[in-house]
Amino acid sequence: MGSAARDDIEFRSVTKAYGAVTAVRNISLNVPKGAFLALLGPSGCGKTTCLRMIGGFEQPTSGEVLIAGSGMNGVPPYRRPVNMVFQHYALFPHFNVEQNVAYGLRQMRPRIPAQEIKRRVGEALEMVRLGGFANRRIHEMSGGQQQRVALARALVNRPSVLLLDEPLAALDKKLRSAMQIELQTLQRELGITFVLVTHDQEEALSMADLVCVMSGGAIKQLGAPQDVYDRPADLFVADFVGKTNHIQATLEADGRTLRLPDGSALDVGAERNIGAGETTLAIRPEAIRLTPGGEPRGEGFAGTVTHRIFLGSSVEYSVSVPALGDFLVTADRSTDEGQLVEPGQSVRLGFDPAAAHLFPASHAAQPEGNTHGQQT
Amino acid sequence: MRALVFAVYLFLYTPIALVVLFSFNSGRNASELVGFSTQWYGRALSNPFLMEALQTSLIIAFTSAGLAAVFGTMAAIGLERVGPRVRAIFDGLFAAAIVVPGVVIGIATLVALAELFSFVNPMLASVWPGTNVPKLSLGYGSIIAAHGLFSMALVTMIVKARIASLGRDIVEASGDLYASPLTTFREIVLPQIRPSIVAGFLLAFTFSFDDFIIAFFVAGSKTTLPIYVFASIRRGVTPEINAVATMVLVASLVLIVIARILMREKKIAS
Ligand SMILES: Nc1ncnc2c1ncn2[C@@H]1O[C@H](COP(=O)(O)OP(=O)(O)OP(=O)(O)O)[C@@H](O)[C@H]1O
Ligand SMILES: [Mg+2]
Repeated sequence: MGSAARDDIEFRSVTKAYGAVTAVRNISLNVPKGAFLALLGPSGCGKTTCLRMIGGFEQPTSGEVLIAGSGMNGVPPYRRPVNMVFQHYALFPHFNVEQNVAYGLRQMRPRIPAQEIKRRVGEALEMVRLGGFANRRIHEMSGGQQQRVALARALVNRPSVLLLDEPLAALDKKLRSAMQIELQTLQRELGITFVLVTHDQEEALSMADLVCVMSGGAIKQLGAPQDVYDRPADLFVADFVGKTNHIQATLEADGRTLRLPDGSALDVGAERNIGAGETTLAIRPEAIRLTPGGEPRGEGFAGTVTHRIFLGSSVEYSVSVPALGDFLVTADRSTDEGQLVEPGQSVRLGFDPAAAHLFPASHAAQPEGNTHGQQT
Repeated sequence: MRALVFAVYLFLYTPIALVVLFSFNSGRNASELVGFSTQWYGRALSNPFLMEALQTSLIIAFTSAGLAAVFGTMAAIGLERVGPRVRAIFDGLFAAAIVVPGVVIGIATLVALAELFSFVNPMLASVWPGTNVPKLSLGYGSIIAAHGLFSMALVTMIVKARIASLGRDIVEASGDLYASPLTTFREIVLPQIRPSIVAGFLLAFTFSFDDFIIAFFVAGSKTTLPIYVFASIRRGVTPEINAVATMVLVASLVLIVIARILMREKKIAS
């Protein structure tokens, strides 16, 4: 109970089953007050279900959700100090924009004076850049505008916890980045605890200060964005958060020599205590150095560029390496001296073994049987 | 094929057209058109027996449709919250109630009420303190009950369709914004299902106002408009009856068209 006072949200062994489907299995989680948590995971992994249990729209099948230290089992949504931005907005079609945003304030007791409500609604609409839209009907708004109305409708109440179910999914890239920064600033200023559901890993990494990667209803890893990216707990997390190259190999008994499929040996620098045997080596695309020219006996692996994607500040290459498969390599434009490598050209790939992650091969088979493609 | 369809419509609507036509006939004889006149409308409206029957019918139609609208809506809302099994059973029961023939409803209601009266009346007599013992019998109450029950199924079906298209999202959003279930109903659900409730009320009203079969079984000594028309026809079709039929026809059509518009409008808006 000592941590309860500082934690805004706590899951205690929470399981949620819908009939035969177990959407969330035995999750325990602490979200400190004022944190920005991102629930990240593929479609159907139970993100929305977790959020709905915090909001009070679903009751856990077993376990308990606590908000600000008090148990919430049996507490209806309208008695919880949280607000939610729904995945499909859920705006009231018979109200205009202003009436939608004012709805929560109008329900508060003791009553808030009408003038005060009008002022705060105006502020909230300015905040989401819908200042001139107060009298618009909902069906006269675009999807992105509706999403911002939904955001304003929740934020205007200054809840202690704000739940966001993919709130930026319908916005174009530019508006989305702007809203991401806006949300982050707001969150810091207001000190509201945010729980953001997203399946966009970039959004999770850039906005949150705590990322919770989920799969098949369970938590795979919970940590700061850098931790999750740099030290993924397993192959699933490595794959889902950012892009990853895999090499299937065998770890020898010394714990640091990898026997690669082409017969060569690779020293991974330091002993890894994952046990000898079948191993998957995971390496990020940006950790691989690509050097043009393919002298057969140089350092690293010789390969051929098959595809190039120009991304502006960086370039992505697909490189085919005999016996090891296809590699994805990201080259930073600021360090490649302006040289683009053409498809068809021979190259060498090298990487610092310390940057590689090794996972026992059994990690690849998820116990929940979820379907993440294993790219090699 | 076209000719066949044409023939069907001819058979369907010729009698109705004739009724309307002869209601404006200035002659007394229903076999020949003499000239145009609205005198039969005047006669009908100044016939005290007819006016009394009309009043009876209006009271019954208003009351039964009102009860049906209230309880039908409540049933529709309640059915939203039960499990899929229970809901399927009740859906079936409501749909069945609508297709049961009027004769069957009439007989069944009559038998049920007779049983009830023979059970309750002696009990009332034994516990009543005074000498002026009230006695349950057929009349307003029994027609309203029979019509109300049938119409309730009608209203439930109509309102339920509308609630289903609402989605649980906005109801949850309202709860999330601190509104109690009662406030949510008043501010969010009711405004959106109101047109369908009104539509249900109008259809229920039309049904009750036009119904002859069920009313005939359970009316007791009361005379509704359709029963009056039926009784007077046995003494021969008069132009006055044609005028009454035309007025009922027009009123029913107007109500049904309004109900249809209300039901359709909401589908577009959502
Ligand atoms: N009301 C329900 N009844 C039955 N099964 C449900 C219900 N809601 C969710 N599920 C199931 O629970 C699992 C988790 O659903 P959830 O909505 O939490 O996924 P999600 O992570 O939010 O996915 P998405 O990214 O697609 O929104 C899914 O397999 C889903 O089919
Ligand atoms: Mg979801």
